[in-house]
Amino acid sequence: MLSVRNLHAAVEGKAILNGINLEIGPGQVHAIMGPNGSGKSTLANVLAGRDHFEVTAGEVEFRGWDLLEMEPEIRAREGLFLAFQYPVEIPGVSNLHMLKAAVNAVRRHRGEEELNAMEFLKLIKQKAALVEMRQEFLYRSVNEGFSGGEKKRNEILQMAMFEPRLSVLDETDSGLDIDALKIVAQGVNSLRSSDRSILLVTHYQRLLDYIVPDFVHVLAHGKIIRSGDKDLALELERKGYSWVEDHAGAA
Amino acid sequence: MQGTEKDLTALVQREYKEGFTTDIEADTLPPGLDEEVIRTISGKKAEPDFLLEWRLMAYRRWLEMKEPDWAQLHYPKIDLQDISYYSAPKQKKLLDSLDEVDPKLLETYEKLGIPLEEQKMLAGVRVAVDAVFDSVSVATTFKKTLSEAGVIFCPLSEAVKDCPELVHKYLGSVVPAGDNYFAALNSAVFSEGSFVYIPPGVRCPMELSTYFRINAMNTGQFERTLIIADEDSHVSYLEGCTAPMRDENQLHAAVVELVALKGAEIKYSTVQNWYPGDENGRGGIYNFVTKRGACKGKRAKISWTQVETGSAITWKYPSVVLEGDDSIGEFYSVALTNNYQQADTGTKMVHIGKNARSTIISKGISAGHGQNSYRGLVKVLKGAEKARNYSQCDSLLMGSTCGAHTFPYVEVRNPTAVVEHEATTSRIGEDQLFYCRQRGLSEEEAVSMIVNGFCKEVFKELPMEFAVEAQKLLGISLEGSVG
Repeated sequence: MLSVRNLHAAVEGKAILNGINLEIGPGQVHAIMGPNGSGKSTLANVLAGRDHFEVTAGEVEFRGWDLLEMEPEIRAREGLFLAFQYPVEIPGVSNLHMLKAAVNAVRRHRGEEELNAMEFLKLIKQKAALVEMRQEFLYRSVNEGFSGGEKKRNEILQMAMFEPRLSVLDETDSGLDIDALKIVAQGVNSLRSSDRSILLVTHYQRLLDYIVPDFVHVLAHGKIIRSGDKDLALELERKGYSWVEDHAGAA
Repeated sequence: MQGTEKDLTALVQREYKEGFTTDIEADTLPPGLDEEVIRTISGKKAEPDFLLEWRLMAYRRWLEMKEPDWAQLHYPKIDLQDISYYSAPKQKKLLDSLDEVDPKLLETYEKLGIPLEEQKMLAGVRVAVDAVFDSVSVATTFKKTLSEAGVIFCPLSEAVKDCPELVHKYLGSVVPAGDNYFAALNSAVFSEGSFVYIPPGVRCPMELSTYFRINAMNTGQFERTLIIADEDSHVSYLEGCTAPMRDENQLHAAVVELVALKGAEIKYSTVQNWYPGDENGRGGIYNFVTKRGACKGKRAKISWTQVETGSAITWKYPSVVLEGDDSIGEFYSVALTNNYQQADTGTKMVHIGKNARSTIISKGISAGHGQNSYRGLVKVLKGAEKARNYSQCDSLLMGSTCGAHTFPYVEVRNPTAVVEHEATTSRIGEDQLFYCRQRGLSEEEAVSMIVNGFCKEVFKELPMEFAVEAQKLLGISLEGSVG
């Protein structure tokens, strides 16, 4: 699904990613953990194609394509979804309107019929129930006046609408109380399937109690310094990030 | 980030599709302005004496006036002796049907998407059109249907002949001849415009519209529109305008007067798309317009909606004088300035009657080197018990080389008044754009969605077919504008 090889990236001349290697197979759930400033969010944004970040070396293959050559919207239409750490507000544009335009842009790209208003409404209501989102949120402006938890749920609603091949969740758990976390996790879990992959970017182990990953990677100073299974996350939780960093330094 | 700003600017850069010229023989006065020119214009239109006298009075007032310089606008002084004050396409007098209109003129309007043949319009939306080409009206459609309802809709010069008493009574009653520098100039030399009269109790059976076209070179357009809604009547009026692309600046100094009597309602919508000049700020229309409505009677209502996308300079403050008790004034505006365009626009709401309400919603969008100013006055006179005003001014900036300014003035002389003002300034962010693109929308779709969202409160006030045009203008179809 996704193959990242020796990826280097910089922001305003400052190196943030220093040689990331990552293989994500179909159906797999990977978690990337790491302390603040380790480059977790940069990795998520580079994969989605934000032009604020400059790729200085390496390559990324996504479903057989050279991902780094693709415009952000093409990446999205080919099935790469980023759940934003800070979802953006768009005043005056209803959630419904934006999602319909986006879903149909994706469908056009894939040579599928566009959904008409009725079909779309039926689909989105079904998906909104999945993340326990009240219908009035569909008619409100995108993320405007939403609480932190509502914004994150809205991201998962969008994820459910697009049914992406690869979902990158950038600290979707941050700022969520336990009930919201459960709802978000339930939404994500319902999308797990053998042909969809998920990359969870998180600071805390807590999310991984609800979305159990197949692989856990620890990121520090722009490099993956350790990989393992879900137990690595638990060990990390107990011993702290300094433990892996020291460990990596010694090795 | 730099790259994103450049992209944003490219997105709002649209081709000016209306910039063509019609090659037609015209009867044009040589440049220059004096009493003789005014007598000639009046003579060409065979006007009654009262009108010539009024023009001359306005001219003498104007001679004593100075060009206003308080607006946040910078432009070289306009040489008013270098402009021709009258230009008319040569054609047979007294047209009875469209068959007699020069095909070149019909073609021009066809190209602009304004068909003047009624049967073509019947298929779609029923809008009666008065087409003004430089200094004269070339055609007015649906006159018959309208006259059956008692509605008068014709060029002002025709109204002067057919119903002089109405013209005499109301012309200059809302915007006096000496109101301001540009209004005085217009009063002296106005050549054409539309006249509307809706009789008591009549709801105008269709939308009325005037389409202004400047064609001739070095010619100013000085149209004058007068709309009278008699008691308990209702009318919705649309105004559109375009001009060819030229390197020189052209002056457009119009006056619009609205009179709403007891219980009457006038809804006036404008989509202003004069040539804005090129990307270096060369050429474009100087748009100095005085628009004012008077709610003369109880419960009268006047609503201005404007979408200003064109002109190099826009100086325009559609206002409402709320004389009647319980009267309502509204102003909804979207002003876009791109490249080197400058707009100083807003409104005046003058509360005189009791319990009058006014609403101001202004949306300014600045891109490129555009400078956008909102200037608004809310004035509550002593006797205006329980006046209410709500003003909201929002500015949207695209890129870092443009500017937005807000100049709200409030004068309240009655303690029972409630006046509210809200203002925001935001920037189309790289964040918003990236968010939309990550969901699969192209950059064009994203910008147009964000801008339209910003303008939504104003667009919903426009009649349907105009809303579509306005959205298009602001870039819902930015085909080919992204490299």
